[in-house]
Amino acid sequence: MRNTMLIAGKEFRSYFASPIFYVVTAVFLVITGFFFALSVTRPAADASIRDLVSVSQFILWFIIPALTMRLFAEEQKLGTMEMLLTAPVRDTEVVLGKYLASLGVLLAMLLPTAYFPALLYWFGSPDSGPILSGYLGLILMGGALLTVGLFASSLTSNQIIAFVVGAGIILVLLFIDAVGGLPGANPPVFVQRLVAIFQYASIRTHLADLSRGVIDTRDIVYYVVLAAAGLFLTVRSLETRRWR
Amino acid sequence: MIEAKGLTKHYGDFIAIEDVTFKAEKGEVLGFLGPNGAGKTTTMRILTGYIPATSGDAKVAGYDILTQSLEARQHLGYLPETVPLYTDMTVREYLRFVGKLHGLANGKVEKRSGQVIDICRLGDYRDTTIGKLSKGFRQRVGIAQAIIHEPDVLILDEPTIGIDPRQVVETRGLIKSLGGEHTVILSTHILPEVSMVCGRVIIINEGRVVAMDRPENLSNRLGGASRIVMDVRGPDREIVQTISKVEGVKAVHGENLGGRQRYTVEFRPGKDLREELARLVVNRGWGLLALEAQGLSLEEIFLKLTTREEL
Repeated sequence: MRNTMLIAGKEFRSYFASPIFYVVTAVFLVITGFFFALSVTRPAADASIRDLVSVSQFILWFIIPALTMRLFAEEQKLGTMEMLLTAPVRDTEVVLGKYLASLGVLLAMLLPTAYFPALLYWFGSPDSGPILSGYLGLILMGGALLTVGLFASSLTSNQIIAFVVGAGIILVLLFIDAVGGLPGANPPVFVQRLVAIFQYASIRTHLADLSRGVIDTRDIVYYVVLAAAGLFLTVRSLETRRWR
Repeated sequence: MIEAKGLTKHYGDFIAIEDVTFKAEKGEVLGFLGPNGAGKTTTMRILTGYIPATSGDAKVAGYDILTQSLEARQHLGYLPETVPLYTDMTVREYLRFVGKLHGLANGKVEKRSGQVIDICRLGDYRDTTIGKLSKGFRQRVGIAQAIIHEPDVLILDEPTIGIDPRQVVETRGLIKSLGGEHTVILSTHILPEVSMVCGRVIIINEGRVVAMDRPENLSNRLGGASRIVMDVRGPDREIVQTISKVEGVKAVHGENLGGRQRYTVEFRPGKDLREELARLVVNRGWGLLALEAQGLSLEEIFLKLTTREEL
């Protein structure tokens, strides 16, 4: 635990020492701000952050791998990986430390967006439930996707490759439910089941519920499982690095 | 302190090291000598637990590097070939981080990082960002991070590469002073470094240990009698002709020392020609003034062991 926090602290600080965090947060705020402004200035707009949440998932598609790409790739490039993996520290502690740091940075990035709901409360009377569950959804989804980016970063010493692989996996996870459109009308039962599985595997379907204010354990389980799988694969990937 | 038994590492069909076996006692400075690509780094990476061996096993400070990896790593300080530095941290921040990573308590970390900064003479740069340091200073930070937790075993991969000559001398002095307290393994392809710093040397070539001994013993044993220097008074041309005809002699070089000649006789190793040559000279009635078998220098032994060509 001490080692995990030590690594997390070091990573967290180095985010703020590099321009990555500031650039990424600025881009995130500009894009979300633009869509938020659009959503509340429409005629008959409702005081909600639903649009904000649903557009955020597409922004996170490239923001998340940008945040995670250096986590392991840079260690490999600098050669510090050799120090880290020969220190008396477990691979799990290294992975968890880095993950916690990136999670902290994600929260730090989401924090300034609080002025969107603040504006809603100032000028209207929004329903608090969907706002809270929307943020919960963003954090859960972001938390899960970070592990995907972390895994991609563990595969290579090249940050651009880490970014592209991470964004690629996330894109597939975003749109995997689209296969539901492939079978025609009245498909056989097993095809329907298959489609249901792909729909469950999609990131979008789960966020949609949460942004509407519906907290379904299935959605939460999905994100937790995705995060656990990502972390597990990252630890494995570090282990196999030793064998290459 | 270090015990390696039959370490072998294959990368697909490529054999990086094969059957590397050796021991290092407490306080010993052991040199790993070999040409580039001989398997020095591979051996060190296996000992530090960075990569596993294909077969064979090793113990560091009494702990198996595979089954008791964490304990073994606790007792180990390692300077890899590429000095592992976070370029965005200051020297002190970095040393603190590495110290804590090796389990030092907060108070102890402060004390030790101060000490290693002094030992490695980094005092003026303690708050400098590592990215701004020159190669030599980075190397020192690398050594500092390897010793901060006072490890029993210190593994240094080419510690003096790429730094200026004055710093090389300093670094060697530093490494020498670390022996005694720590068991040190260092790899190098600079030969004089070994005789200067190491109590014992392992010569490794194409993944195999080809020799292991104290540097001076190596010269004696391997150099043995493959070269004889003799001072003779007599007719120069005749002497050269006679000696050249002796079986096994490869070359005779003569030089005039005024009234006598000095001949350096080289011959194929494995046979001691001293007696035969002495008898020959005396029988001819020439004056044998001196006769000495000369050991090979470390350079020559190294070349002899690492090249296929017969000397």
